[in-house]
Amino acid sequence: MATTVVPPHAAFFGAKKEIGVRSSFSPSISAHRCRKHSLNKVLAVMAPSQPSRAPATTGSVKHGMTMTEKILAKSSDRAKLEPGENIWVNIDVLMTHDVCGPGTIGIFKKEFGENAKVWDREKIVIIPDHYIFTSDERANRNVDILRDFCLEQNIKYFYDIKDLSNFKVNPDYKGVCHVALAQEGHCRPGEVLLGTDSHTCNAGAFGQFATGIGNTDAGFVMGAGKLLLKVPPTMRFVLDGEMPHYLLAKDLILQIIGEITVAGATYKSMEFVGSTVDSLNMEERMTLCNMVVEAGGKNGVVPSDETTFKYLEGKTSVNYEPVYSDESARFISEYRFDVSKLEPVVAKPHSPDNRALARECKDVKIDRVYIGSCTGGKTEDFMAAAKVFLASGKKAKVPTFLVPATQKVWVDLYTLPVPGSGGKTCSQIFEEAGCDTPASPSCGACLGGPRDTYARMNEPMVCVSTTNRNFPGRMGHKEGQIYLASPYTAAASALTGYVTDPREFL
Amino acid sequence: MATTQAHAPVSTIRASFQRFHSPTKTQLVHFASNPFIFAKFGKTSFSYKPSKIKPLTTPRATPSSSSPTTFHGQCYVLGDNIDTDQIIPAEHLTLVPSKPDEYKKLGSFAFSGLPSSQYPIPFIEPGTDSTKYSIIIGGANFGCGSSREHAPVALGAAGVRTVVAESYARIFFRNSVATGEVYPLELELEGVNKQCSTGDVVTIDLEKNMLINHTKGKEFVLKPIGDAGPVIDAGGIFAYARKTGMISSVT
Repeated sequence: MATTVVPPHAAFFGAKKEIGVRSSFSPSISAHRCRKHSLNKVLAVMAPSQPSRAPATTGSVKHGMTMTEKILAKSSDRAKLEPGENIWVNIDVLMTHDVCGPGTIGIFKKEFGENAKVWDREKIVIIPDHYIFTSDERANRNVDILRDFCLEQNIKYFYDIKDLSNFKVNPDYKGVCHVALAQEGHCRPGEVLLGTDSHTCNAGAFGQFATGIGNTDAGFVMGAGKLLLKVPPTMRFVLDGEMPHYLLAKDLILQIIGEITVAGATYKSMEFVGSTVDSLNMEERMTLCNMVVEAGGKNGVVPSDETTFKYLEGKTSVNYEPVYSDESARFISEYRFDVSKLEPVVAKPHSPDNRALARECKDVKIDRVYIGSCTGGKTEDFMAAAKVFLASGKKAKVPTFLVPATQKVWVDLYTLPVPGSGGKTCSQIFEEAGCDTPASPSCGACLGGPRDTYARMNEPMVCVSTTNRNFPGRMGHKEGQIYLASPYTAAASALTGYVTDPREFL
Repeated sequence: MATTQAHAPVSTIRASFQRFHSPTKTQLVHFASNPFIFAKFGKTSFSYKPSKIKPLTTPRATPSSSSPTTFHGQCYVLGDNIDTDQIIPAEHLTLVPSKPDEYKKLGSFAFSGLPSSQYPIPFIEPGTDSTKYSIIIGGANFGCGSSREHAPVALGAAGVRTVVAESYARIFFRNSVATGEVYPLELELEGVNKQCSTGDVVTIDLEKNMLINHTKGKEFVLKPIGDAGPVIDAGGIFAYARKTGMISSVT
């Protein structure tokens, strides 16, 4: 694309016509039409930022690239590229699980041949996690299909499970794919990770390009090791201010999705920067990037730093090269948040952008609470919930289901002391609060699943959940009502039997 | 499969997913005068897609014909933000789309996730396993949510030929093109779904880029399918890549 003149007032693609960027990669959706809820009072300051520099005197301005653009450029052996370009990208890691793996394998074999070999047996990570602890025969068969393929191809990373009656006797089994990818060191700054799951964007927390793809694309990658991808423009989200003690990353991302709607980031990259983001630990950063897809986003990124490098120590021996947005990078839009002014929020039924203040929903009676999933079932999420139960000292008023994302998380629940508890573990605090015993690690009821899935919603009821979607039928029953919330809000709600702002306890 | 289209050299082939080029001229297609019969053209036979038994269809055109220019049939109308859980609920995801019998079963569950209070007309008649609505008309952000490729597959397996929506979520759009299961067409204007009703007889003309609602006597402009068209016509991304020599250049 030829360099063109950038009008002085625009630092981003807002001036589409002038820069010759076709509008086709920004779908023509009126954001307001996607909103089902009445507009809530905006608590955060958001405005497009204005650049302070003047254009070069030559009349043509050279600009840098965003993080996402740089990662994709590096992975496609390009010195430079622009949003909207379609490029062949070399893939560093391909992930699949028990729901999409068999279909992907079927396509791979059909298209590349029954005896074809995968492009790189060390770059494919196969993680059964969705429908594991069930008597559904097809679900169990699907894990067998994965196993047969991994044996045949000598896949290095297959987190197998054979004995469904006791997850602990399966040494290889991990649990939820996105958390496992992080914990097992498969997420590295600057790399490209694709997965047959929409929440693959979770890994963007590590400063890499990570996005979800379907079976056919994954089958292609399995054989070819590359994929044709379109470079997304980047939306920048600047989160500044000290994180209030009653807020978690989940509140931040629900705030953002509520602001831009479920299609607000379609085909775009979401970059999260700012002092608040810098202060988040890796699991919180993952929560932030995890729900990028709920805004329609292609991928999310957080610049890597000491927090990232420290997390990765001992987890991976692969060299990585972090990548950062240039000073002169162009962003399609910028949103600024003063986090210190935000309040706990929920997403009301039936859309992740149906944002409301938790305290404004205090009259909503609930039937159960679910704490789990890649979004809200990590160690930090359970620690947060435990903090609320500890602060209250009372018992939950509704059934409270706890589903650790992975074996490691489960172990943490039973071993790590919760700060301020005098040495109690999460599991002890949960037991004292009358929660259900932490279940076998898997995706669980986040997406309903087979009928016998633990904590599946088989009747219409109201649930506060730390999961990622609340479209009709998401957790099972079509008339079920799901309020998406942070672990703090979920625990607070469990204690009262109503949707509750965690400041009641914290 | 012979085609009258000229394909650009591999190096200049843009994304199969850009949608702003007009389709090149294609062979005219004949369809019977009975408005409930339509023919499906231009699809190579995929071995994981068995020949379908749809209500009231003419036999497929011979393999030598090229891409379709029209679709005709009854439409099923939906609102905004139809997510993939409503298209194919999670409990059916144990079905593997690459297995022919399970592919068919997926089709039988298409749109079974729609709340009946909002959508009282069933997409698939109880007791049957495919739909009489070959054209879907949706609103904004169609196919949002989970990346499950089972979603466009279920629609295609059920007998849907095209989806016409205001806008799409990216993974669903990409999966539709990659599998070649349905044509994901975009409308120029908003609110078309409010002017159509389930059961209306419609024609989609890809050459004129029009959606014609015969029952309501209205016409709506479509955005050209662009580069995605030839990919779907070829039968999906693999077939297209082989046809255009792309696969040999990447393996």
